[in-house]
Amino acid sequence: MAEATTELLTTADGRPLKAALAAAQSRAKRRAFFLVLPLLLFVLLTFLVPIGYMLKRSFEHDGFASTAPALVAWFEANPDFDPANPPEEAYAALVQDLARMQVEKTTGLSGTRINYSVPGTISLFKKGAREAKDLTPPFKESLVALDADWGRPALWRGMQSASHVYTAEFYRVASDMKLNDDGWARGEDNERIYLYLFFKTFLISGLITVICLLLAFPVSHLLATLPMAKASLLMILVLLPFWTSLLVRTTAWIALLQEQGIVNDILVGMGLIDDEGRLTMMYNMTGTIVAMTHVLLPFMILPLYSVMRVIPPSYARAARSLGATSWTTFRRVYLPQTLPGIAAGSLLVFILAVGYYITPALVGGADGQLISNLISFHMTKSNWSLAAAIAAMLLAAILVLYWLYDRLIGIDRLKLG
Amino acid sequence: MKKTLILTTALVGFGFAANADVTVMSWGGAYGAAQTEGHVKPWMAATGNAAIMVDSDNPAPAIKAMVEAGNVTVDVASVEYADAIRLCDEGLLEPIDAASLPAGADGTPAADDFFPGAVTECAVSTDIWSNVFAYDTTKFPEGPTTAADFFDLEKFPGKRGLKKGAKAVLEFALLGDGVPAAEVYDVLNTPEGVDRAFAKLDTIKSEVVWWEAGAQAPQLLADGEVAMTTAYNGRIFAAAVGEGKPFQIVWDGQIYENESYVVPKGAPNKDLAMDFIKYATSTEGLRAQAAHISYGPPRKSANLEPIIYAGDGKTEMGPHLPTNPANLTNALLTSSDFWVDHDAELNERFQAWLSQ
Amino acid sequence: MTVEPRNDAFVAFEHVQKSYDGVSLVVKDLNLSIAKGEFLTMLGPSGSGKTTCLMMLAGFETATHGEIKLDGVNINQVPPHKRGIGMVFQNYALFPHMTVGENLAFPLEVRGMGKDERESKIKRALDMVQMGAFANRRPAQLSGGQQQRIALARALVFDPKLVLMDEPLGALDKQLREHMQFEIKHLHESLGITVVYVTHDQGEALTMSDRIAVFNDGRIQQLAPPSDLYERPENSFVAQFIGENNKLPGVIEELTGDKALVRLTTGELIDATAVNAREKGGKTLVSIRPERVEFKPEMMPAGAHTIDAEVIEVIYMGDILRAVLKVAGTDDFVMKMRNTLWQTKLAPGQKIKVGWHPQDARALDP
Ligand SMILES: Nc1ncnc2c1ncn2[C@@H]1O[C@H](COP(=O)(O)OP(=O)(O)O)[C@@H](O)[C@H]1O
Ligand SMILES: [Mg+2]
Repeated sequence: MAEATTELLTTADGRPLKAALAAAQSRAKRRAFFLVLPLLLFVLLTFLVPIGYMLKRSFEHDGFASTAPALVAWFEANPDFDPANPPEEAYAALVQDLARMQVEKTTGLSGTRINYSVPGTISLFKKGAREAKDLTPPFKESLVALDADWGRPALWRGMQSASHVYTAEFYRVASDMKLNDDGWARGEDNERIYLYLFFKTFLISGLITVICLLLAFPVSHLLATLPMAKASLLMILVLLPFWTSLLVRTTAWIALLQEQGIVNDILVGMGLIDDEGRLTMMYNMTGTIVAMTHVLLPFMILPLYSVMRVIPPSYARAARSLGATSWTTFRRVYLPQTLPGIAAGSLLVFILAVGYYITPALVGGADGQLISNLISFHMTKSNWSLAAAIAAMLLAAILVLYWLYDRLIGIDRLKLG
Repeated sequence: MKKTLILTTALVGFGFAANADVTVMSWGGAYGAAQTEGHVKPWMAATGNAAIMVDSDNPAPAIKAMVEAGNVTVDVASVEYADAIRLCDEGLLEPIDAASLPAGADGTPAADDFFPGAVTECAVSTDIWSNVFAYDTTKFPEGPTTAADFFDLEKFPGKRGLKKGAKAVLEFALLGDGVPAAEVYDVLNTPEGVDRAFAKLDTIKSEVVWWEAGAQAPQLLADGEVAMTTAYNGRIFAAAVGEGKPFQIVWDGQIYENESYVVPKGAPNKDLAMDFIKYATSTEGLRAQAAHISYGPPRKSANLEPIIYAGDGKTEMGPHLPTNPANLTNALLTSSDFWVDHDAELNERFQAWLSQ
Repeated sequence: MTVEPRNDAFVAFEHVQKSYDGVSLVVKDLNLSIAKGEFLTMLGPSGSGKTTCLMMLAGFETATHGEIKLDGVNINQVPPHKRGIGMVFQNYALFPHMTVGENLAFPLEVRGMGKDERESKIKRALDMVQMGAFANRRPAQLSGGQQQRIALARALVFDPKLVLMDEPLGALDKQLREHMQFEIKHLHESLGITVVYVTHDQGEALTMSDRIAVFNDGRIQQLAPPSDLYERPENSFVAQFIGENNKLPGVIEELTGDKALVRLTTGELIDATAVNAREKGGKTLVSIRPERVEFKPEMMPAGAHTIDAEVIEVIYMGDILRAVLKVAGTDDFVMKMRNTLWQTKLAPGQKIKVGWHPQDARALDP
């Protein structure tokens, strides 16, 4: 191959060619920049800022740090105290803060913050705050007498941790860690759920992506090769799911697939199964996969179709004329050219699947719980920091996938439509 | 706060009519309609003020977002009891002066008229709804009659529908295991109690169809997918009385809960909002809502006279309300204190149990 | 067992018909034999069925009726990849995800050829088209002409006996096209392969082919070497389609052997050679090539009929001068004159007499 010449090229007036090119292009770039500026602002305000805010929230919470100044100061001065046996002055600071919370009506706020890592704290704080002004020294004894939980090392660890505005606590919780009397540790077997659901979510999303790909590939190919009029008609059928609400579609699947549903009725009617042996296709993994595949299929078909439509049939013909069987032609010539579409569709479907939770929740029964359900749960239960931490982990996982994708296929080859 | 403003403008993109004086946010559907008919319209007619009803999947997170963003567009919101407590704890709600609530129609002072727990620092109950279980009378003419029967697969074979979540399910398991209503939360507050609840659920786990949305429960029953199911009592009422389905509610072991109006902190029309709440939670306001949906009025005075179902103009609501004395023989009031403390923890445990 | 009549043609179409829609025939009763080593061009206007014929030969379309034979064997049922026919497409159809080298390796790999043999063949094929340095480029990094060469090399690399080319130069500019015409012709000669070439460009067909099949409306209008086609068109379609052509409508007044006396519609009498209008009193269209029109009496055969003409304009075209004349009522009669030192200069408005050798005026179907 011819080696690129290494000597510096210059323009007629002696400027280095590179600099001249850069100058010429920068004008065009500036103009392009102003054209996309509105979109950029829009994306910034509606997408990046909320995501940034969410990320911030996942490691920031001042619910306790801002409401218990005495204790915060004490923790700062005594970072290495023994949580199993905090000294009297710690209890004194705590009582002082509790009395203050009662006056400022911040008991719930600070209790809620501690409750994230030490369940049961909200009512403990409320009771403590109500009684605080009547407590007498030594506060250690009087508080513990009020409720033995005030002496729990886990509570003191929790309060110490919450005295910092910035914390990794929510990430710990989202990684199935629990704060107990000896510090953070892996949770009990019957409590660990987040990592399992992460894994399950990715597995199911991957499975759905594969199924979507297998179903969408021939359909897209058909669409791409049919004459335009027929293709548009078929395309309408493909897009039909977009025109009905998610709940309607989901309900339709329930009506079809449940045990007393249409499919089972037909199978029983045809004598293929007996009435006792009705198939369970709903409220389990099957239901989840069927309904989600249906919902997400168009997102696979569209990019595939747009890629396939522009692959001229002459490539396949060329391959055949060169001696390739139809299978070899497909594998070595057609398939590689659809790769950008496959990749784009898979990425779309996978990412959407990871974020879906209503459909699996409705049709999946016990199997329908995915990580997004827990994000939604914590959102509705007001624990936004934990929801944000889970979401951030999800985001990180997807970015890793994206990076892998870029390494393996190259992001410039992505073709979304 | 500015940063949150941007976030929430994006998250909560509500486009409200600008000229409405009071904006009420509720759950939509039959429930929202009942409050529109029972509260919003009569209040507008009585006071001449304008009010508008907007729907939300769940008003609690929506108003949290608004208040945190300092961009509150809602004056009154209908939220679950535990959410009312939680939001109040976080300082996101306006306190409501209990003393200002009107006396009952019979003259009973509000403090004595409301059921215990119906009025809290930031919330006034509008109705009491209940987690009950129901069955198809054509399948079981003799019918299950107790919570224990729900867990008895031998006597009453068939699938069971259960809400997919820890709350009300764990209590129901303990009630079905013979724990008296008064002791349920004491038991559930111990690790052994939680284990006991899950153990009880284990006995029917293989037969359970888990539902997620309230509408699914009567549907499961109607489709014959389950022999009996827990449900929100209003949904069963709508199917049985409204659509004539052969469904029967078992009130034994019902777990009932208040639903409340709250005023978000910084509501644009706070004074009118308070006035609206006083009107809506008066004896008449509560009765008017209960005429449209089978959730019980949380005032004694509102339960004295029979309430006639507005849907058909003849059915007497009394027997269908969770607050009917006959339905309260073995009933449990949800402890919001307990759930505010243990929601996350027990939900994790529940999810882990589900996936085993 | 009956013995089939042996046909020693390399490629043969026998009574081939093709219909896509079951209603109309795109190819109507095609009979064509191509000899080994021949360069045969299918020439015709767009839509005349050339590509369809090529596709049937390559195996991408099936003949609705008739037989196609390759080396004496009926290949109607042979799938395309087993026909061993090299093919060059108009858009080149180079696989965009493969390098040039990989493109060329493809037909060799699917034939299970070893790596060493493959590489030497690829190298040879690339050198043949002067693209030896480009093996590692992707098609998108090549110019149109370069892609064309690679497509050619790929079609030849597995040593096919027959190569089909469907308007391979259609996308190139004129200069490059002419250069490539020469190269393809050269390759054909040096490799001794049989080429079936499709084009709608008559210049291309004339310069490259051993024989040309002129297509129109699904039929071969004339199958002949280029010089015959140009000089002795057998019908007025071919006469008009190939090269520039003057046409004069008239009626055959006298017919003696091949010699015809034609009375033009405007009354003048001219001499012509009867070709496919051989009926006394029948209508005809007389076709005369512009460069065979003479206006100097000394250049015309003795006793030839001449006809009055008026010069409308003379266009200077470098090597030739092109005069547009008003003749027998038409004012688009063209006469070409060599631009020599002693050439007579004609001026617009000038009245002259034009004539021709009778064998250059062909009386064709009207
Ligand atoms: N795949 C096809 N389906 C239907 N009609 C076709 C198809 N290919 C070609 N035709 C028709 O057959 C006729 C001949 O086409 P073609 O062989 O491509 O002509 P040419 O190559 O001479 O331009 C045209 O009228 C064209 O419209
Ligand atoms: Mg063609």
